[in-house]
Formats: sequence, structure tokens, C-alpha cells
Amino acid sequence: MSVRYSLLAILDSGPRHGYGLKSEFEAATGNVWPLNVGQVYSTLSRLERDGLVLAGEEDDGQKIYRISDEGRHELQHWYETPVEREVVPRQELAIKLVFAMRAGPDRVREVVQQQRKATMASLQEFTRLKVAAEQDGDLAWLMMLDALIFQADAEGRWLDLCEARLVDADLRSGESRPPDRDDGAEAVRQVEHKH
Amino acid sequence: MPVLTLDQVGRQYGSPPRHVVALDDVSLRVESGELLAIMGPSGSGKSTLLHVAGGLERPTSGRVVLSGHDLGSLGQAELSLVLRRRVGFVFQAINLLASLTAAENVSLPLELDGMRPRSAMASARELLFSLGLDEVADRLPGQMSGGQQQRVAIARAVIGGRSLLLADEPTGALDSLSSETVMRLLREQCNGGCAVVLVTHDSRHAGWADRVVYLRDGRLVDEVRPPAGPESTLRRERV
Repeated sequence: MSVRYSLLAILDSGPRHGYGLKSEFEAATGNVWPLNVGQVYSTLSRLERDGLVLAGEEDDGQKIYRISDEGRHELQHWYETPVEREVVPRQELAIKLVFAMRAGPDRVREVVQQQRKATMASLQEFTRLKVAAEQDGDLAWLMMLDALIFQADAEGRWLDLCEARLVDADLRSGESRPPDRDDGAEAVRQVEHKH
Repeated sequence: MPVLTLDQVGRQYGSPPRHVVALDDVSLRVESGELLAIMGPSGSGKSTLLHVAGGLERPTSGRVVLSGHDLGSLGQAELSLVLRRRVGFVFQAINLLASLTAAENVSLPLELDGMRPRSAMASARELLFSLGLDEVADRLPGQMSGGQQQRVAIARAVIGGRSLLLADEPTGALDSLSSETVMRLLREQCNGGCAVVLVTHDSRHAGWADRVVYLRDGRLVDEVRPPAGPESTLRRERV
């Protein structure tokens, strides 16, 4: 998540104090990614060092930040460049399932079932927020909630597939198999072993 | 009193040993104003559950009670009357009659129930208006988008103040935004006191439900209700 560009985007609509940037970022993104104030100030000093932000002082001595022309240029470039996808983001759930598989299919089923309930509860929460956002006509927040909903939905589908694979492996373990099996059948062999 | 009660319902096809158990000891209550979603893999019995709940199929064991009427104890004529007045169905395939306008389609159940055509038509128009569908009232299904057609089908399913709406993958053929308008309409029916049972394989749509139950091999295996406790920590403030 890019704090750097988010701060530039906020400053693009006018000068702000450091703390104001923090609360505006959190409000705009619905507290999904809370920022600590240290993170805001360290990012601001890097932006200042790179000439993207200009810091000034108000009469009361408080620092106020404004975006520079170079900063606007950088922000424009950010909007024009697609976000790079992390090819393999570290997913705790995927890792958990891999190790659960070592403990056997029953443990995997348990993980899948518990996680699916939690994922569905999140979907219900996001959907309720979405209905409220629609009533408020808050399009940016609505799109943000859509993103959360699609991510949770993808996780739910993946969990369903994991469960289906277990059932499939269970069924296949009951059938006779040729002696030379390829490596792709490793999961099936593990299930067979447990039975 | 719940709108719908399934009490230890079983449904088998064929006879042992070559029988298929589609539903096995399913007990469920659906209250007025509740949106219940049923999820589960293909072949888990979701659609059978809906058919049994709506009296389209009789259970082989157990009881189905609809608004206080034990469906198993009713004769065919009584059963037809209860179902016609109490239950509406919406399917993935939108079964609007192609040669009738939206308003004519929606007025049809009332006419079949003996209402004069003019009164039925007036009620249909009133309902379409309240659902924000007045602009399509005089269009034929072929002149409407998929989402509009499905919303008209929902109007037809709830007209006459039916207490239970059974929906089998009603958003299956629609894009995301149209699906959302359909889900919103289903939700609004609940807010008006109707109970809705939705069969879906799409967790995004189940997210609209008050309660989600999971079926596997004909059995209810899990249930999710919205988390109790403090309000969501996610909150958008106008900036």
C-alpha cells in the first residue's frame, strides 16, 4: 500500500498539517489501513527530501505541507501506471492449509470450515456497509468496499475448491490405482496414507 | 410464528438400495423479514430444499409448515391455494411470458387467483411503481435488460402480499451491477416483512443474507449469522 502517493493525492487538493493527513487518509479508506503518525512524518520527510512536497511554517509554528509541481508530476505518473501485482503475496491462510494437510484431511476440513464462516461474516459486514454507502451516494467508499467484497469472495471460492479437492481425493483413494503414479498425486497419496 | 418451518425433512429419489438421498434430516425455521441464504456444492440438495419448502415436491419424511399450514396434511386443492397465495418463486431462467408486458406479467397471479383484470392490472402497476420499475411497465420482456426482467419476475413473485419468496440462483445470468439491483430488491422485500430463501453458489450474494446455511450431501452442516458485538471498525467519514 502506498502511503507516499496517498499523501501526495491528499496534498493535491490543498495544504495540510501532518496529523490532518493521517486522519484524512484513514477516513478516506474507512480505517481499513490505519496509519501511525510516525509513518506519516517519516514519509513526509522523504517526500520533502525528494522535492515532491514543500514544508512551511505557520504563524503558530506548526508545520504545513504543500505539494510541489514535481510532486504533481509524480502523482500523475502514479495514476497512469498500473499497480504491480505481487506474484506471491504471503498468505497466512494458504500457509496454514499447507501445514494442516500434513496433519491430515480432517484438520484441513476444520480450517476450511472455520475460515469460511469468518469469511462469510466479513462479507455480511461489508455488504451492510455497502448498503449504507449506496444510500449516502459515497462512490469512492463504495468501490473500496467492492474491492473488499471481491477479495473475500475469492477466498470463499478458493476454500470451496480446497474442500472439493479433499472430497475428490477421498473418492479416488477408494479406487485402484496404477503402480507408477506421478508427483501430482502427492496430495492423494497423503489422504490414502491417512486412511 | 415462523413463515417456514422444516422439521426433520428428508427427500429420497428411488428406493433402497439404489436410492439417492437428496435431503437428510433437515430442520430449519425462517422468520418473517428474514433473508436466508443456502449455500453448498453442486448436488448438495440446495434446489431440492427450495422445491420441498415451496411445495413443488413432497418430502419423503418430516414436515413442512408454511405460515401455520402443515403442507403434508392438505389436500391438493387446499395445497394449491396456500402455495398460490403465500409463496413466490424466482429462478435463474427468467420465466416471464414473452408476449405480455411487464405489468401484464405481474398482474397474472392476481388474475389467476380470481381478481378482476382491471384491479389486478392496477395493483401490478402500483407494485412496479413502488419498486422503481414503472418505466418498464409497458415493455415486453424482450425490450428489457436481464436485470430489469429479473426484477419484474420478483415483482410477479411477491404480488398479492405473499409471505415467502423462494429464489434459486436469481442472479446467475446477470453481471455484477445488475445482480446487485436484484439483491437489493430481495433485501427490500424482507424489510417489507416477506421472508426470502435464496439458493446461491455466490458468496457475494449470500453476503446480503441475515443468515447463511451450508448444505453438504443433503445435510445442513453449518450456519453463519452476522457477527454480534460492536459495530464495524470500518467506517467512512466524509472528508
